[in-house]
Amino acid sequence: MRSFSGMSRSLATAVVVAGGVLCSALVMPTARAAEPISIGVIAPESHVLGKSIFNAAELAADEINKAGGINGRMLELHKYNNNFSAADSSRAFQRAVQQDGVVAMMGIFTSEVALAMMPWASRLQTPLLVTGAASSEIPAGVKANPERYKYVFHSYVNSAILAQESCIVANATLTQSDKFKGFNRAVIFSEDAAWTKPVDESYLKCLPKVGIKVVDHIRFSPDTTDFTPIYSRIKKADANVIMAAVAHVGVKPVIQWKQQEVPALFTGINGQAGSSKFWAATNGATEGVITGTPGLNGAPLTDKTPAFFKAYTKRFDIGEPAYDAYTTYDAMYALKDALVRSDGGGDADKLVKALEKTDFTGVLGRVAFHGTGDDYAHEVIFNQDPTKGQSFVAFQWQDGKQVIIWPEKLAKGKIRLPAFVSQSQK
Amino acid sequence: MNLIIEILISTFIIGAIYALGAAGLTIIFGVSGILNLAHGAIVVVASLVAWYCALQLNMGIYLGGLVGIAAAILTTYVLYFTVVIPLSRSRQLASEELPVFLFVSTLLFALILQGLLEWFFGATPVSTPAMIDGVVHIAGVTVPLNSLLIGVVAWAVIGALWLFISHTRMGKAMLAASMSPKGLAIVGYDIGRIHFLVWGLYGLLAGIAGVLLASFIGASSNVAINLTATSFTIVVLGGLGNVLGSLAAAYILGFLGTVTAFLISPSLREVPGLLLLIVVLYARPQGLFGRH
Repeated sequence: MRSFSGMSRSLATAVVVAGGVLCSALVMPTARAAEPISIGVIAPESHVLGKSIFNAAELAADEINKAGGINGRMLELHKYNNNFSAADSSRAFQRAVQQDGVVAMMGIFTSEVALAMMPWASRLQTPLLVTGAASSEIPAGVKANPERYKYVFHSYVNSAILAQESCIVANATLTQSDKFKGFNRAVIFSEDAAWTKPVDESYLKCLPKVGIKVVDHIRFSPDTTDFTPIYSRIKKADANVIMAAVAHVGVKPVIQWKQQEVPALFTGINGQAGSSKFWAATNGATEGVITGTPGLNGAPLTDKTPAFFKAYTKRFDIGEPAYDAYTTYDAMYALKDALVRSDGGGDADKLVKALEKTDFTGVLGRVAFHGTGDDYAHEVIFNQDPTKGQSFVAFQWQDGKQVIIWPEKLAKGKIRLPAFVSQSQK
Repeated sequence: MNLIIEILISTFIIGAIYALGAAGLTIIFGVSGILNLAHGAIVVVASLVAWYCALQLNMGIYLGGLVGIAAAILTTYVLYFTVVIPLSRSRQLASEELPVFLFVSTLLFALILQGLLEWFFGATPVSTPAMIDGVVHIAGVTVPLNSLLIGVVAWAVIGALWLFISHTRMGKAMLAASMSPKGLAIVGYDIGRIHFLVWGLYGLLAGIAGVLLASFIGASSNVAINLTATSFTIVVLGGLGNVLGSLAAAYILGFLGTVTAFLISPSLREVPGLLLLIVVLYARPQGLFGRH
């Protein structure tokens, strides 16, 4: 009996242990399924365009979580302030992957930072979605070395496209217009940064094609504080159009353009002017400034745009979403879809494959990426028709509002010249 | 001809702001022997607080400017009471080590201040509205009235400073303190009180410079170090502690920078001044107008 009793105790113990193992085996997948999926977001926190990235990512993550997350797993955002520094960004990327367990990183407003982080995406084997930087070197790098840079996706159109679109806008609103066709002498006015080099090249090619003569080409340091010598040069060149490529700077050149009454229309690309806060930041000096941007004012590019615009402005006191809020929001949903298709993103290569198959309608238009063999490898497809790709609008600051002037079907107004520009044309 | 006039007008305005910005720094060095590396950050405090009060709190440019100046004075006294006084009175520091510790401590104070400014105001540049709108045409050159006014106000403040130092009892006491603090103590002056007032005067000058700067070219938290570097260059070039030397150096630097910006490239504006500084430090280490 004792041995039987001992045997039954042993059996009971074995049954308990086996039961425990079985139970834990049954319970473990459920526990794993409930684990959040970590996503990294990186941007300069103190900058208005950095805040837009963080806000849009937060808004999208909360919406996705409220809708049930990724197959029941919640998204957990980890935010990293990079202070515009490539070194800080690289360190943050390593910490994000190795300590915080992020399965993908997104954000970045500065092209130099994006280019510095690309090799880290490869070393850390973690997808990187660039949502605010525009350098065409980003897709060019992926195309040149697809095996190495397959983890990099560009969720914003590159700067060469932005320049081409600006030329199209100048053609449609200036040279093709009876009223403004005299605005045909341009100065290219670019901050010295990685993203503006392709812009300048594009401007030099496309402006003459639309009937605008390039009379001078000025590149200046983003640290420039006094633009008097530059504006003096523009006046001497007798230019009446400033084709800008500025994003790091924005406030100072615009304020001094107004104060010094530079008799040239300020147009092209002005990243900061896309923020609704720009009117206050320039004390209204931005009146008359024209710029192009992928999204604006909730312009109904798709049926999702107004809802995003409403939710963003209701939730954040930063004002209306800037361009990189739109691109980041769409990138979050692209990532969400890819995470669903790749079983939570545990396998980075599966996640990359899933991202490559992205195809849905976002707030800026259709979201799909070019293949690695295309010229703009792993970049979001651009098209003036939002049903075919990420789209673009141009607006002018008028009486404190960003009034869309192009494309015609979305336009809410026509170009109005600032008094000091119109007087000079008489 | 137009170009020469443009350069002269631009030099007048830039030189006036440089001079005002450096005046307080050189007075502080002359009287207390401290090279204050928090200077740029204190100037930016005035700029950003003035902008915040003027536009975010709708107080208007003039009242906002006054609050900005008050904020600079307050920040200066925080530096004085939390860094300068405790270190100066510390018994653990040898007297020959004190200038180095004060130098480094003001730098640390600047970094802390810059971080706080960035946290509160962000890094996006801001600008206060023009005090006066419109332009004036001088010999075919278009000049914003606001810029001219800023140059005139800066010179008015420098003139008032000169009157204060040369025609008031307290001003003369400050001047004497820069020459012989012991002598001044022997004749019955309270050196501690003079230092307290000099730091207040410094805060006032830095505050006015900051408010004018915000209206001229705008300001952001990350320009603090550049402002310190420019003022530092002027003060060393003119001769440490020499106010007239600083005024002359401000205009030399302003002229060289403006000529370079107009004729070569605005990106190289700072380079000639720094090259001149190196040459002066080799040939005349006490500065262009300093005494041995």
